[in-house]
Amino acid sequence: MTDISLHHGISVHRIGAMILRYWYLLLSSWPRLLELLYWPALQVITWGFLQLYIAENASFFARAGGTLIGAVILWDILFRGQLGFSISFLEEMWARNLGNLMMSPLKPIEFLLSLMVMSLIRLAIGVIPMTLLALFLFHFNVYALGLPLIAFFCNLIFTSWSVGIFVSGLVLRNGLGAESIVWTLMFAIMPLACIYYPVSVLPAWLQYVAWTLPPTYVFEGMRALLIENTFRADLMLDALAINAALLVASFGAFLALLRSARKHGSLLSSGE
Amino acid sequence: MTENDDASSRPTVADRSLSAAIAVDHLVKVYKQTRAVDDISFSLPRGSITGLLGGNGAGKTTTIAMIMGLVLPTSGRVQVLGHRMPEESAAVLGRMNFESPYVDMPMRLTVRQNLTVFGRLYAVNNLAGRIAELADDLDLTDFIDRANGKLSAGQKTRVALAKALINQPELLLLDEPTASLDPDTADWVRAHLERYRRDNNATILLASHNMLEVERLCDRVIIMKRGRIEDDDTPEAIMARYNRTTLEEVFLDVARGRVNGAKEATR
Repeated sequence: MTDISLHHGISVHRIGAMILRYWYLLLSSWPRLLELLYWPALQVITWGFLQLYIAENASFFARAGGTLIGAVILWDILFRGQLGFSISFLEEMWARNLGNLMMSPLKPIEFLLSLMVMSLIRLAIGVIPMTLLALFLFHFNVYALGLPLIAFFCNLIFTSWSVGIFVSGLVLRNGLGAESIVWTLMFAIMPLACIYYPVSVLPAWLQYVAWTLPPTYVFEGMRALLIENTFRADLMLDALAINAALLVASFGAFLALLRSARKHGSLLSSGE
Repeated sequence: MTENDDASSRPTVADRSLSAAIAVDHLVKVYKQTRAVDDISFSLPRGSITGLLGGNGAGKTTTIAMIMGLVLPTSGRVQVLGHRMPEESAAVLGRMNFESPYVDMPMRLTVRQNLTVFGRLYAVNNLAGRIAELADDLDLTDFIDRANGKLSAGQKTRVALAKALINQPELLLLDEPTASLDPDTADWVRAHLERYRRDNNATILLASHNMLEVERLCDRVIIMKRGRIEDDDTPEAIMARYNRTTLEEVFLDVARGRVNGAKEATR
């Protein structure tokens, strides 16, 4: 087998091997596959009907058609992107397979890249049907956002990977006892990311905190697009810059936690 | 890389370590207050089978984990196939492999899928052919398309061994390779390991509680107790030194602190 290596010895073959592993895993369990579709569909249906109700009774929301349902879809990209990353990682912990991987030629960066690809695949399985449901049930076409949607998507997925990398490092270091962080950390961001309301609603001091989070820029940008028909490229560039810093910081934290796990022998006992 | 920076300024391991499969030099591992491994040194020549013996908590698994790079030493150094671990692990991880009760093969994947994934990770040439060869050698054919989680303990051990051999490693680290196997399957696994070593001039380091297994397979035995090396020689020389006829008796002498008396009797 000819090994295709990129810079610094990153092997496409090894990344491909890991993606193949997660693909086999995904196909081996139809309940897990169904679950990928189930929650996003439930979200969009609930919030879609709420949006319809509010739009009929409030003139502002009638004007700002789609802000709620658009926010739900973008929030799901952020949340499911991180879950898609972290669940693939947790599968290795649950299967007690981490030792096999750490002893193989697989490098940490290759492992993380394969998890990123898997988060995209799992996201596509869950979110594409969700957007189609929004289109057919509520006549909200998220794809009509056009090129800005790509900017929104990229910024959200970069944030989700940063959070995914960081919490994976925490689980690696602390074992499955830290698993709950995987499921809950993103919800800590939720009120500050101003998904369903503008940043101006927050107290002045909290607004400073909110603006440190890339998703805040995306949701403000979405509202600007849907309500004022304005694409705020400045917001997207700011978010991209913070995301770049977050990705570097999370990768550094992952390597530090991996080293700490090696120091404390956590890789041998990856249970609770 | 060790926890202590000053370790890097230690004298280099002797030149012989470059030709050794494994060279361990003054290795120490401390977990909080516990010295799990306490200043051990040994060197294993290529093509040898060495048994690492000791009771629970003797430091065998920690030693093997440091050789693999899964655990960082507090001080001391490890060289594997001429490369320092874990700094130069990229140069050797593809040439070694391991099997341990502390890790599993993924349960929901079939045997073939698992071997395919690991074969790709190790960049095995002609992977389909290698899997077919292993399936034939290790008698996996009947269940190669069954999920790993649905196999018996003996079948799982053979699959784990197939994974450990997928890249035809020059160095094989085995932690309790026949634990929980019936005598027939255990004997079959030992025969396969002997054959693999002979055919490939591979080096094998195995930790085991099974003294008969060690007597049969190993041309050298390292006995550990409380993190230190208690004895290190051929099985025959050790049994003679302790005036015992089996390694099991030696093991009990060491475990129960009858070491000095037994050694004294041979003087």
